[in-house]
Amino acid sequence: MAVQQPIADRAPRNRRRWTGWGFLAPFVAVFALVFLAPIVYSVHLSLFRDQLIGGTSFVGLDNYTQVLGDDAFWESLTRVGLFLVVQVPVMLLLALLVALAIDSGRLYGASFFRISIFLPYAVPAVVASLMWGFMYGDRFGLVGNVNDAFGTSLPDPLSPTWVLASIGNIVTWEFVGYNMLIFFAALRTIPTSLYEAASIDGASEWRVITSIKLPAIRGALVVATIFSIIGSFQLFNEPSILQSLAPNAITTDFTPNLYAYSLSFSGQQYNYSATVAIVMGLVTMVIAYVVQLRGMRKEL
Amino acid sequence: MKNTNRRNRWLGAVAVAAVGALSLSACGSGDDSASGGEQVSADAVDAALEEGGTLTVWAWEPTLEKVVSDFEAEYPNVDVELVNAGTGNDQYTALQNAVSAGKGVPDVAQVEYYALPQFSLAGSVSELSGFGAADLEDTFTPGPWSSVQQDDGIYGLPMDSGPMAMFYNQEVFEEYGIEVPTTWEEFMQAGRDLQAADPDVYITNDTGDAGFATSLMWQAGAQPFASEGEDVTIEFSDEGAQTYADTWQTMIDEELLAPISSWSDEWFSGLNDGTVATLVTGAWMPANLESGAPDGKGDWRVAPMPQWEAGAETTAENGGSSLTIPTDAQEKELAYAFLEYANVEDGVQTRVDGGAFPATVAEIESDEFVGKEFPYFGDQKVNEVLSESAGQVAEGWSYLPFQVYANSIFNDTVGQAYVSDEPLADGLAAWQEQMTEYGEQQGFSVS
Repeated sequence: MAVQQPIADRAPRNRRRWTGWGFLAPFVAVFALVFLAPIVYSVHLSLFRDQLIGGTSFVGLDNYTQVLGDDAFWESLTRVGLFLVVQVPVMLLLALLVALAIDSGRLYGASFFRISIFLPYAVPAVVASLMWGFMYGDRFGLVGNVNDAFGTSLPDPLSPTWVLASIGNIVTWEFVGYNMLIFFAALRTIPTSLYEAASIDGASEWRVITSIKLPAIRGALVVATIFSIIGSFQLFNEPSILQSLAPNAITTDFTPNLYAYSLSFSGQQYNYSATVAIVMGLVTMVIAYVVQLRGMRKEL
Repeated sequence: MKNTNRRNRWLGAVAVAAVGALSLSACGSGDDSASGGEQVSADAVDAALEEGGTLTVWAWEPTLEKVVSDFEAEYPNVDVELVNAGTGNDQYTALQNAVSAGKGVPDVAQVEYYALPQFSLAGSVSELSGFGAADLEDTFTPGPWSSVQQDDGIYGLPMDSGPMAMFYNQEVFEEYGIEVPTTWEEFMQAGRDLQAADPDVYITNDTGDAGFATSLMWQAGAQPFASEGEDVTIEFSDEGAQTYADTWQTMIDEELLAPISSWSDEWFSGLNDGTVATLVTGAWMPANLESGAPDGKGDWRVAPMPQWEAGAETTAENGGSSLTIPTDAQEKELAYAFLEYANVEDGVQTRVDGGAFPATVAEIESDEFVGKEFPYFGDQKVNEVLSESAGQVAEGWSYLPFQVYANSIFNDTVGQAYVSDEPLADGLAAWQEQMTEYGEQQGFSVS
């Protein structure tokens, strides 16, 4: 008996330890394969350099030093940074206005507006860019037609000066509906008793918005902001499609993503491209994290 | 049978020269360097055809489909898998990936002339002299033939070619009473006259196109790119390049070029409604005009390419591609047999019938080809002009061993001259600088 006791004790403990891992195994395997492996592989790639003459060699952190001193990379990062600080607030403000308007219940045909504003989100980004590309044409496109019809001379939306704003317009058109839906869903979760209490207290509609609605959906605002920041840094589809229409305005290093793409697919600089991608990923993470920290602190 | 015999005859000579390698070659070493080149006799190629096997062909050229089915019908033991691995750059990326992975490499790959040096220099495609390609010099027109050679090696067989000519909308020129230009000077003046007559009508469109710009320099006698092994020279200072830059700077300054990118929706509208009056481009254009600008039927004509000097008869190539055999291909003998079939023998006529512009002298000079009337071009014998252009291509042009990348950054640099006050010459200098930087990063010695 005295001999068996410790064995009996040990056995269940061991079994418990391994059963847990057993249950985790499918998840861990998939997680490692799908999430970790690509990251590890990119990091691995970024430590080498492959040349047409000389083949592959290990270069340590050389690629990273090169990125830090690469004007093309910093220019593209500045460009999406500018895009971020202008386009994201405009888009979120519009989305918020629409969500509040629909939620107010004073809008005639609210569900029609909700659907039609959300509809562009259902249009694939590639199709949306092509569509807007046709409209932006100042010769045969909509802009051209407007100029002809009214004798105006609108600036060419695809000129180097305007192209970033034009892309901002496309992105806003695409994503206002999506963000509106996030805000609208958050607004619907506010208990009606709060509104009743407010109206008993004689609060104006504006007061209801600032004191009840906005504080209640702050979480949704933070989430939408973070998504939009990530989206801005990953800007790719729209410039990539418009590039064939405005090859001189949208250079191959227009956005960091486009730059990584060109490096890899035109220049076969996979290693350097991986490095750019990793650095960009880190920058995005840091900025998104800072925004999240600030957003959460306000909420407390 | 006739064709098999013909091939046997001229490959026979090689077979004698290569007799030592004859018995071993059937196994295919697959390991030769770019400079070496293996010896494969005609008998070995025939034996491979007899024995049969599966051949993977990567190409996007649509007329090859019919060629493949005819080839399979003629050699029942051979099974050809025609794969469209993307057009141009997409396919090169896939091919480059397959080559570096060492697996999934096709037996035959379509490679455009401007991209070929990139693959030949890296040793990714086989040198074909030893297969009998060295005897084909007189089979192909000079432009494409020089395009498949690099450092005295032959790295592919020309499939089609793009000798340049001027496609123009005769209706537009007649309407405004403007002469069809024969020199670039007249071309520019015609552009001014058209603009004066109707501000919506442009002589041509251009938003900066690397292929077009390099072809113009080619015609002007420039040789900005040269490479020998690892030594690369990039230089836009010669007279030809200057001539191009000066003329085009004026075209840009006076806004004579429609700011419409080729192949865009606006471009096709412009060709259709006569607001883009000419296109100076490769001989592969007719089929595209017919399908892309159907309303222009009967209005368009073809004239020789405008000249840099009055009375000269010099042209250049624009586009065109070759079929190559990757170094790691499994079935090299079979692959070469297919190359011959498609690019030298029966396949050529099949593709000509399908609308391709051939690179073989026999087809280009045949009465049937030259005499063909094109209803789209008002029954003009279009190929007369195009064939003549094929024989007038300026010699001595070569592309960089990293031209694919170089062309991809053309708009980042030279293209800026089209949308800002930056002079074209500065754009060319910036292009040269970035190409140099890239070349050095890739291990070339660039000067």
